[in-house]
Amino acid sequence: MHKVLIVGEHDGKTLNPATAKCVTCAGGIPDVEITIVILGADTAAVAGQAAAVAGVKSVLRVDRPENQHPLAAIFAPQLAALAADYTHIFGPSTSFGKDLMPRVAALLGVPQVSDLMAVEGAYLFKRPTYAGNAIVTVQADPARKLIATVRVASFESAKAGGNAAVESKSLSVALPSHTRYVGAKSGSTDRPDLQTAKRVVSGGRALGSAENFKLLFSLADKIGAAVGASRAAVDAGYAANEMQVGQTGKIISPDIYIAIGISGAIQHLTGIKDARTIVAINKDGEAPIFEVADVGLVGDLFQIVPELERLVSG
Amino acid sequence: MQKIIVCIKRVVDYNVRIRVKPDGSGVMLDGVKMSVNPFDEIALEEALRIKERGTNIEVVAVSIGVADTQQQLRTALAMGADRAILVQTDLPVEPLTAAQTFLAVANKENPDLIFLGKQAIDDDANQTGQMLAAIWQRPQATYASKVEISGGKASVTREVDAGLETIEVDLPAVVTVDLRLNEPRYVKLPDIMKAKKKPLEVTSLEALGVSTAVLLKTVKTEPPAQRQKGVMVKDVAELVGVLKKKGLI
Repeated sequence: MHKVLIVGEHDGKTLNPATAKCVTCAGGIPDVEITIVILGADTAAVAGQAAAVAGVKSVLRVDRPENQHPLAAIFAPQLAALAADYTHIFGPSTSFGKDLMPRVAALLGVPQVSDLMAVEGAYLFKRPTYAGNAIVTVQADPARKLIATVRVASFESAKAGGNAAVESKSLSVALPSHTRYVGAKSGSTDRPDLQTAKRVVSGGRALGSAENFKLLFSLADKIGAAVGASRAAVDAGYAANEMQVGQTGKIISPDIYIAIGISGAIQHLTGIKDARTIVAINKDGEAPIFEVADVGLVGDLFQIVPELERLVSG
Repeated sequence: MQKIIVCIKRVVDYNVRIRVKPDGSGVMLDGVKMSVNPFDEIALEEALRIKERGTNIEVVAVSIGVADTQQQLRTALAMGADRAILVQTDLPVEPLTAAQTFLAVANKENPDLIFLGKQAIDDDANQTGQMLAAIWQRPQATYASKVEISGGKASVTREVDAGLETIEVDLPAVVTVDLRLNEPRYVKLPDIMKAKKKPLEVTSLEALGVSTAVLLKTVKTEPPAQRQKGVMVKDVAELVGVLKKKGLI
């Protein structure tokens, strides 16, 4: 029997959809029992959402005031204290999971496999390296606990309809005071979340300015899409950092990805290759983005985008 | 603030097109250009800027790898690091082993700060900094896009999925850096000449007491599934037609 503990990501109110994708990943392990742990200040609501994910056996709540903000230095020793009962501990490959999980692994003195994209066995996984240009199959040692992060774009969400038991845990773990949360600034938006959106409109350096990105926001709002950006556009200050899609930004898998004025650097393509349909609009017909696009249109984005917006709403 | 360690990894240059070996045993590395991991270059630049704003701060570049890794450490010295340490090994080094190695160096050097890139662009693991902070029992501030040091503390703005987050950590601490923290300087010829005279110490995993157990075995390497090239449309009306037919808009 393999027992997988999944670290639930949440914002205090809502369970992040990445968690249900981790459940699907863990479900690929033979003879498995899945537990989700929620750490927070008051996790009643989020634990309830986790319990409703199909395929989950139990949910652990670890409530204490220090868990108000997801600081790796605070969370990691608590997860290490819970680890004894499990063979695997998974977290999502989001900024939350990527920050936290290696700290847990090192406290336990065990390795981590990052960005699981396929489960081939209880200790055999596929993961991308070299910006997705080489996929490696990694064999971990069954004699050791295994820590992993899950490349969420590779897995569908587990369905709702579960009814897991919820249990509160109190852990007597001393927590460090050397790390303190100060604040957050998010580009709060009414648009869909980039990481889970079904539709994404994304812009590159060819947009030329932050002002011109409004063209994309307008199109996105018309079709209910999230807005992303290439690294070049973010570096140039046209778009916020949380909009970056690619090897070092967000890895996404929408139903439709509309790349506008994005040439398609390999580091960008690695972030979108799980999209069902890629649409490319670029004035350079030789741009590498057209090699991966399902539908391509060569032309001036400043004419095409307003026309596209007009036609989709018509 | 007296000493900053910067961890450097030798990786395939980011402009190289990676090819998987036909027998699936790895990627082709023969004759391929090698460079300092771009994120580590940003880490070093940040350390150098802190050094230049302060007084008597020493910046030590540390790497683990084959003998030729001296080239990347010389680059770090040319950028402005004061000295370098190479932990020489021909074995592949997993993130946990790398963290244990850097810990052994940290225990000798007692730095106030350790900077690393947030990930290396070869294995894309994104683990070493966090693991080092854990076993050093010190704070970690990952994905830094702004670092301010004052009075034994660092205020670090982090690039997270939701936007930007700021945390405060007590020093000593581990900071891993993201792309937009700074733009690394170009190395000038006189600096390359000067770097040749700077101290570069070579040691080994054995000398540092680090075990080299292989915990994760790569059993196969393969190229990614290729997407099929799609259709080109001639105008927006045709594009919208295709998308409507696919039920996408």
